[in-house]
Amino acid sequence: MDFGFVLNPSSTVDLGKVDTTLYDRLARRCPDVKTCMACGSCSATCSAAQYSGMSVRKVLLGLQRGNDVSAMLSNCMLCGKCTMVCPRGINTRNLILTLCRIHDGEGSK
Amino acid sequence: MTDRIASGFHPFVLPFLVGMLFVLSYCLIGMVRILFQLPREDRRRFYLSLINPKTALKNVKDIFLNCLIHVRLWKRNPLLGYMHSSIAFGWFMLIVLGHLEVFLFVPGRAKLLYYPIFFNYFVAESDTTLKGALLFFLMDFFLLMVLSGIALAVIKRVRSRLFGMRHTTRSSALDLVGMYALWLIFPLRLLAESLTAHISGGSFLTLPPNWLALRIFGYEIHMLPAWWAYSAALCVFMCVLPFTRYMHIPAEMLLIPLRNAGLKIRNIHKGFAKVEVLSCPGCGVCIDACPMSASRANLKNCTVYLNRQLRRGNKRRINQISDKCLLCGKCEAVCQVGVQGPELRVAHRSSRRYGINQDYSNVVPSVPQGGHKLLYFSGCMTQLTPRISKAVISVLDKAGVDYEWMDKEGGLCCGRPMMMAGRKEQAEQLVRGNTRLILGSGADILLVNCPICYRIFKEEYDLPGVRIVHHAEFFDELAASGALTMAPGKENICYHDPCELGRGCGVYEEPRRLLSQCGGLVKAGHEKSESICCGGSLGSLTLSYSEREAITRNSYADLVVSDPDLVATACPLCLATFSRYADRPVRDLAEIVDKATD
Repeated sequence: MDFGFVLNPSSTVDLGKVDTTLYDRLARRCPDVKTCMACGSCSATCSAAQYSGMSVRKVLLGLQRGNDVSAMLSNCMLCGKCTMVCPRGINTRNLILTLCRIHDGEGSK
Repeated sequence: MTDRIASGFHPFVLPFLVGMLFVLSYCLIGMVRILFQLPREDRRRFYLSLINPKTALKNVKDIFLNCLIHVRLWKRNPLLGYMHSSIAFGWFMLIVLGHLEVFLFVPGRAKLLYYPIFFNYFVAESDTTLKGALLFFLMDFFLLMVLSGIALAVIKRVRSRLFGMRHTTRSSALDLVGMYALWLIFPLRLLAESLTAHISGGSFLTLPPNWLALRIFGYEIHMLPAWWAYSAALCVFMCVLPFTRYMHIPAEMLLIPLRNAGLKIRNIHKGFAKVEVLSCPGCGVCIDACPMSASRANLKNCTVYLNRQLRRGNKRRINQISDKCLLCGKCEAVCQVGVQGPELRVAHRSSRRYGINQDYSNVVPSVPQGGHKLLYFSGCMTQLTPRISKAVISVLDKAGVDYEWMDKEGGLCCGRPMMMAGRKEQAEQLVRGNTRLILGSGADILLVNCPICYRIFKEEYDLPGVRIVHHAEFFDELAASGALTMAPGKENICYHDPCELGRGCGVYEEPRRLLSQCGGLVKAGHEKSESICCGGSLGSLTLSYSEREAITRNSYADLVVSDPDLVATACPLCLATFSRYADRPVRDLAEIVDKATD
């Protein structure tokens, strides 16, 4: 039946049920991820953003919500612009490389 | 000269024999193992290079000049050069002359390994011949030469600053054992030969102590303890040699022919890389050279410590050291034996496995229209400093060059950052993608303004018919051909050599020639191959923001020693890095040329 409108699925995030294993492992290896303030400078400069929607800010947010981020990472070229512009001085390249290393590659955690 | 001991043997030679046989067999087995670790084609290449007269001659020349005379060290630091060549060349001559003595006077003993070393103990002077006198004089002369080198080594140990070294390597326990044994060998030899000089004869160095001892004590001192001690010192030195930095002595003799054969590092733990690691003398020249030494905490992350940890197999430290390095290449530029610090680190990085392997097959960058003579590739980093690309375009317009901007709307990365992270497969994908675009455009010249891109274009890309130029070179050519005329300004400019452009690709003169036409060129503290990395390098994976700040400030302070009005560089990354902390304007070469041609 068409009522002329649809209901969007709930966008509630139940943090109690989210699996943040990957984020925690990353934060242990690169403690500076915790200093990210999600300003989005990295997203604005990213070379891969136009191809895979890559954004370090979104990657960190996604990990904290337990989402799969491997698709975003798959076009990163490690050019280092995000590191240069980060106002918090986060070593984003090391973060990406570490994430690529500890990710098991299947898209899950 | 006659034999004094009928059997030609005394038990004190045993320690020496044990040490000698041990070190010889260790080195021989090690060499065979390393040759078998080489990939098949590399091994073939090496054997072929040995029978090629040109390379064979070069091998002999290089071994003589570098292992014995230490020519490179002489050029860098004459005092250190004298110290090393006096010990190495002096000792070599003692061995050669010792053999000559045996062949001349007691040819029957020539097959005995220990005879030339302990010659003076086993012979008695019958009547002085001219030949003998000359040989005795030479033996004493070279012994004095070695002793002077040892004396310098002792002084250097206490006060390394007298030798112009701010930091030296911290020795490991075995290194110290080897070093003290080496220091003892020659004074003990002098003592033993002096106490025997009234029987075997001697010259200006050994006869006076013999005469003095007889005057002071009034009787002949028993000579055997000195000979035993001399033999024991030799034994200790040779037995610990394979496990200390002194392993560089035999290893370098293998490294030189391997390098002359054109081999490259493939696996960090095997073959060629292994020889390089063993050839590191641990002199510590790279410590002062390393830009990371600006902060004390990073003193132990330079190449000499990487080599030490690789010998020890300490995985945690190898990871740390190879990830932190900026890959600026300065340690390689100053290294006396030519250990390729950056290549070793990249080889180690490339041994890692990743869960996410980037794939760029979905990336479709805008394709150049083609039909232009020159293709301009600005690179990723220039997007952060658009003033560079704006200036390059402006200069190209002024010179009337027909060009097309390949990655105006963004595009593929050149692949160098992935290459430096050791992810060769990913880098090759990017290389293939860009190669297709560049060849498809039909341009004759590829112009880049980023040395990071420039280096990989030069090293890894196969672009037949396309000339790859950095804007420093291209603008220099335009200026020489008269297409650009610059009006010199009044400002004093200091030029910073970007690592990838200078040490990486050897471009030193073109930017300087250009800048001297735009203003007054003043000198930096360290220039050309000695230039200090700005600290922004993409080579480092784990260096933190604050650690980089220390490097940048140190490098900047070195740049502005002559108080220039502005700092020039030819790399967008150096520009962005220096601009953070600079107290005067930092400009790219293109901007300065653009302003001067207005």
